[in-house]
Amino acid sequence: MNPTFIDIKEFRQHMENLRRKGMDFLRDLIGMDWGDEGLGAIYALENTATGENIQVAIRCESRDNAHIPTVCDIWSVAELYEREIYDFYGIIFDHHPDMRRLYLRNDWVGHPLRKDYDESEALNPIRMENESPEDVQRPYEIAEEAQLKELAKQTNKIHGDQYIINIGPQHPATHGVLRFRLALDGEEIRKIDIHCGYIHRGIEKMSEKLTYPQILALTDRLDYLSAHQNRHALCMCIEKAIGIEVTERTQYIRTIMDELQRIDSHLLFLSCAAMDLGAITTFIYGFRDREKILDIFEEVTGGRLIQNYNVIGGVQADITPDFAHKVKEYCKYQKGKIKEYNDVFTNNIITQKRMIGVGVLTREDAISYGCTGGSGRASGWACDVRKRHPYALYDKVDFKEIIYNNGDCYDRFLVRIDEIKESIHIIEQLIDNIPEGDYKVKTKPIIRIPEGRYSAAVEGSRGEFGVFIESRGEKSPYRLKFRPMGLPLIAAMHKILKGAKVADLIAIGATLDYVIPDIDR
Amino acid sequence: MKKPAIKSIPYEEFKDNETLESLIAELNKERTNVLVSKLDDLINWGRSNSLWSLTFATSCCGIEFMAVGAARYDFARFGFEVTRNSPRQADLIMVAGTITHKMAPVLKRLYDQMAEPKYVVAVGGCAISGGPFKGSYHVLNGVDKIIPVDVYIPGCPPRPEAMLYGMMQLQRKVKVENFFGDKNRKHSRKEMQDSPIIVTNVPDSLNEKKNQQ
Ligand code: SF4
Repeated sequence: MNPTFIDIKEFRQHMENLRRKGMDFLRDLIGMDWGDEGLGAIYALENTATGENIQVAIRCESRDNAHIPTVCDIWSVAELYEREIYDFYGIIFDHHPDMRRLYLRNDWVGHPLRKDYDESEALNPIRMENESPEDVQRPYEIAEEAQLKELAKQTNKIHGDQYIINIGPQHPATHGVLRFRLALDGEEIRKIDIHCGYIHRGIEKMSEKLTYPQILALTDRLDYLSAHQNRHALCMCIEKAIGIEVTERTQYIRTIMDELQRIDSHLLFLSCAAMDLGAITTFIYGFRDREKILDIFEEVTGGRLIQNYNVIGGVQADITPDFAHKVKEYCKYQKGKIKEYNDVFTNNIITQKRMIGVGVLTREDAISYGCTGGSGRASGWACDVRKRHPYALYDKVDFKEIIYNNGDCYDRFLVRIDEIKESIHIIEQLIDNIPEGDYKVKTKPIIRIPEGRYSAAVEGSRGEFGVFIESRGEKSPYRLKFRPMGLPLIAAMHKILKGAKVADLIAIGATLDYVIPDIDR
Repeated sequence: MKKPAIKSIPYEEFKDNETLESLIAELNKERTNVLVSKLDDLINWGRSNSLWSLTFATSCCGIEFMAVGAARYDFARFGFEVTRNSPRQADLIMVAGTITHKMAPVLKRLYDQMAEPKYVVAVGGCAISGGPFKGSYHVLNGVDKIIPVDVYIPGCPPRPEAMLYGMMQLQRKVKVENFFGDKNRKHSRKEMQDSPIIVTNVPDSLNEKKNQQ
């Protein structure tokens, strides 16, 4: 799909019109550096009612004074996406309420994803002093003489007279290295300021120097609990671009593996959510059952957590002869265990008191913030990529999209438990019918993607995982962007947290189910 | 020479005995008196079997670390089951995952806050050398650039068995050390007195240390 370029003067108007026409889901926002043609951004939009997809692009001529009007009042999730682009490309979004860096330290020199970025160690050594908290919001606008002007109305993100506590980056309940600054009024949360980037590994920039098969290795490490799906997305995108068709057998293996991975991830979700709320037994149960999936993975792929299994054109190695038998055995076992989780945790009165009615995300907000995956479906939004844009074998199997409507922590929890059952159901339909054939088609030793823009999306374990490639016909991509599953979730957090208590933060964070390396990339 | 005994693995079956032996030789250069060294043995027996780790998992390796703690691998069998969320209560820090530029000062600070005697275990390729992200602009290539590392556990991620093996290597190290005296300290007394810990997140007017500088 090629984006339509919009002139900067008509941009705001155009975007508002699109929103009025029902383009309510900002799927992704991709910062771009087109070299001499300037910096810019590509907006991928979807109409959730009709399923129509479009892409809109904008280009700013000047490199030093690049600016784009913000759209964060139209699609709420743009607030963080635009901060990301500011961080990576130095494009300033006019009238954005909070133009700070999102990932890098605020004393970082340069904008790393620009093509002219200077990577030398001298500019950005490892700074050992603590970062001073910059929490001043800086809105900009365009002044008469076409220069960016900082608006006078600087405000502190968090006011000095509120009681401020800091959670993370090293905190067991943030599920990784996320950092929150909370402004409290008694026990109630007034404001939240989220700091990302503690595990920002620069994967997108690295990819621009690596060949396609090399990049594959990095996708597993993004969200390690959707390792198969992430890699599936990238392989699919590349296969589409170079025009190869994978065999039927590959499709079966990939689909089964994706679903096993989803169960694995949801079991880990169950364990961690339970542990965060103080239920150690459930944690042990979840891990006990998860090990059984890891055994299957290990036998077929050689890896437990990070499997490096999908490759361009197929999979790394064929399944083992007793794969089907093992998987069936596992499915039977797992079905019996779900009752056990419900007995010990889900139906526990403490669990219910801490989850029911807590941390409500409405359907409108879920769409506006682009919260896909289980968290979106708990708010009543049918956002499953497997249904919206079927890939692999998902249009051939019969499965229900699990939807709940309250949008609270309890529903978000139940969605995942039910999805385990659905995934088992999908696997059972496929496992006996795996066709004979090759598990991998031959590809050229050096893979070059023809010039153009390509994208693909899969349903990861916690939402829509997208890949966007802009190629100039080289061995490595000109630009590669991953759509993080978790960033929209944490963008929505300040909405969900309004008026919640500090203790609820733990339940909300646990049930939103984000993985930080996927947010930070 | 004192040879540390681990219940489940005989001494000869460990892969790297040379490093340990050179460490013992170095520690034994000046002999301590018999009474204290007997006491040392007793204390070290206790210490090595109850190593409390700080939960410091930044990415993928951290999930494997959790798996080691859970049902199948169960590191409680060896006395590692207590994980602490506060550096003040931890004996060792298991650096499991990639350390980025932004995280580096945080890691250093946590390490500084731990009480002696303290140990560092670098888990996985990322913590050892930057691993798959070595060429990245935002990744620290090895935690040993900022804090001293006692045990390296290679892998991406290391298997749970590898983690247990690594922890046993640490147990052996603990067993040969002298608890009394300054010899094993990571920070010398002088260093502790000299190096001020600069607290940055308070207003400058209140920050004595910074004002003195
Ligand atoms: S060593 Fe491998 S598994 Fe461990 S944190 Fe690094 S990338 Fe992840």
